[in-house]
Amino acid sequence: MSDPKDNKPVDDVTGVETTGHTWDGIEELNNPLPRWWLWCFYLTIIWGIGYVIAYPAWPMISKATPGLLGYSTRGEVARDIDTFREASAANDAALATSDLATLSQNEDLYRYAVSSGAAVFRNNCSQCHGSGAAGAKGYPNLLDDDWLWGGNHEQIAYTVRHGIRNDADDDAHYSEMPAFGEILEEGDIPVLVEYVRGLAGEEHDATLAASGEELYIDNCSACHGENGMGDRDQGAPNLTDAIWLYGGDRDSLTETITYSRFGVMPPWSPRLSEAQIQAVATYVHQLGGGEVDPAN
Amino acid sequence: MADTPPSLYAAREPIFPRRVTGFFRTLKWWILGLTLSVYYLLPWVRWDRGPNLPNQAVLADLEHRRFFFFWIEIWPHEFYFVAGLLIMAGLGLFLFTSALGRVWCGYTCPQTVWTDLFLLVERWVEGDRNAQIRLLKAKWDLRKVRLRVTKWLIWLAISIATGGAWVFYFTDAPTLAVNLVNLSAPAVAYFSIAILTATTFIFGGFMREQVCIYMCPWPRIQAAMMDEGTLTVGYRKWRGEPRGKHRKGARAAAAAGTATAYVETNLPEADQGTGDCIDCMACVNVCPMGIDIRDGQQMECITCALCIDACDEIMDKIGKPRGLIDYLALEDVPPPVDSPERATWAPRPIWKHILKPRTILYTAIWSAIGAGLVFALFVRSDIELTVSPVRNPTYVMQSDGSIRNIYDVRLRNKSGDDRLFHLSLTSEETLRIGLEGTNTLTVNVPANETLLQRVYVTARRNDPAASADRTDLRLWVEDLTTKTRAGSATIFNGKGE
Repeated sequence: MSDPKDNKPVDDVTGVETTGHTWDGIEELNNPLPRWWLWCFYLTIIWGIGYVIAYPAWPMISKATPGLLGYSTRGEVARDIDTFREASAANDAALATSDLATLSQNEDLYRYAVSSGAAVFRNNCSQCHGSGAAGAKGYPNLLDDDWLWGGNHEQIAYTVRHGIRNDADDDAHYSEMPAFGEILEEGDIPVLVEYVRGLAGEEHDATLAASGEELYIDNCSACHGENGMGDRDQGAPNLTDAIWLYGGDRDSLTETITYSRFGVMPPWSPRLSEAQIQAVATYVHQLGGGEVDPAN
Repeated sequence: MADTPPSLYAAREPIFPRRVTGFFRTLKWWILGLTLSVYYLLPWVRWDRGPNLPNQAVLADLEHRRFFFFWIEIWPHEFYFVAGLLIMAGLGLFLFTSALGRVWCGYTCPQTVWTDLFLLVERWVEGDRNAQIRLLKAKWDLRKVRLRVTKWLIWLAISIATGGAWVFYFTDAPTLAVNLVNLSAPAVAYFSIAILTATTFIFGGFMREQVCIYMCPWPRIQAAMMDEGTLTVGYRKWRGEPRGKHRKGARAAAAAGTATAYVETNLPEADQGTGDCIDCMACVNVCPMGIDIRDGQQMECITCALCIDACDEIMDKIGKPRGLIDYLALEDVPPPVDSPERATWAPRPIWKHILKPRTILYTAIWSAIGAGLVFALFVRSDIELTVSPVRNPTYVMQSDGSIRNIYDVRLRNKSGDDRLFHLSLTSEETLRIGLEGTNTLTVNVPANETLLQRVYVTARRNDPAASADRTDLRLWVEDLTTKTRAGSATIFNGKGE
């Protein structure tokens, strides 16, 4: 409240001192800000100057001024990663030499394997097998109970380590189905398609299928077995189950038999550490389809 | 003078509130004692919860994400209790503000309570208002230095205790106290204490009313919650004006008027010309905000009611009825003196100011939420499950053509012992349940922990559920020790053919 004795201009209505500024007869009231507030404002300016000196601030042509403290968020992430690696070094060392079949008895290490395996999977495997491991056409679904090359811990780890049908690893799983379009008569293939659909219990033409048995025994049973149960040593799919890697409809089967398939998986041992391979195998095994490990 | 604009910044005018006694001051001392005792002592109250659980009655265990309040234990997924309490606190604030104005500011706000405590220290060390003013003007001699340093040291001790008490709410208090002393407590504890010590010291000792006037949003918000019927500290202008110096002879003459409720016409002849306010400035001198309540309702007023005590004391001395400054509502203005209604006019009774649709509505909502929370508190059980169906993919076909759904089930064992949980499901269809990692349907959930269990539900190839789009089902968990059960509804995704 202003005192009239000060001879300051005062607004009649509010009794508040004015700044003396008038626009179109409207006067500007002066409700002064506390002085300490002004000092706080100056402090923020000083802080700002200090910040610009200490931290990366001014954008230059290729990068910003580094600042005296040499701080960067990228550096912080790198430090965090190092800290994390250091913290998990003991677990990784233990995991690399563990027997995966009995790992679940070591509750902490097992939990570590599953969660770090999930991270490895998302970074390296999800591009083909999907982030939920449900696979896609040509890329096996890892959630189900059907395995081409075996589904116990050791078999999964081997597949991850060496891959499938690649040239980079001599120990990779290898098999090759011939393109029967060059081997069989043209009319034979529809017959085989009906026969294979019959094996799987799908809807099929029974007469055609019946005439396909001999063709099948001659050409297919060496790998897929006389009953169509497949052969894991050769990665030959079981033809009697409900799961089709490339589709079980007539067009897909015709294509598969005519031109064959050649699914490739790279070997991961050059890119992943042994601990990471063990971890991702553990993770995949517990997704739902993992098979019982053989007793030693 | 218009050529030289006035300063746009104001220096703080020092305020020296005079000591005052009376009903509201006593009430405020009690509230101060109660609130501060609760704040400082609560972390030290023990509460036996048995093994595996902390024995501190009130504990916000950030590390394990649990909140303990005597017999109540809140888990993170029960945060709605905290949300509910916050809503109740908000509504309570609305209720009290609409009925009694800024009663929160005046009586219970930490800023008010600690400032009061700091003022008490100040008076104890330096003396009352006049002594403080003299000391401010005095040269910096040995006595001034001694008094100032003493005051600041006591303030600092209170501030450290205040910051210190805060951290005890977040971990076991006796352990932390020992660790704090032998310098092995976590850095964040020292950091929190340092910050709260600094804010208490600065806000309570030096910023005081500046916090309320310039930093706190509440004075701006309050206007929306008050109306002309709200009781708030005010000056009966119609009774006090025009102000005039007190004349000695008037006291005995006015004595007759004190016995009954105040009616201006009861006043003796000699006082008819002037009002009851004798301009003694008692109300201004006791005001911790440095304002004059006689200017009417102001944003600065925190309604601490000390001016009521101060004025009542003066009114007693000069033989006038109390209540020149009082809790009153804006609408309680009597008709003009010469109006015939004036003789029979009486202010609305207090209960009518408090009991109005607005406060009744606030009370009703407040009680409804409170009742809901209490109900929720009693129906919640020791075991719980949360079911998250895995939707990537929605279903998995197995080699035999059956359809399997995967669920991430969080099993919570809130008891203090390890428990065996048995899982089962109910559905109109024939679905089978299985658990990852075990051939049984039983898992061991450690005490006071949450376990994430992958659960499989499978529909055989020809089951309706396998081809249906979705099927309702309910997952159950049973504590094999206590036989208590908890269920959660979810769905089973089929091929949707």
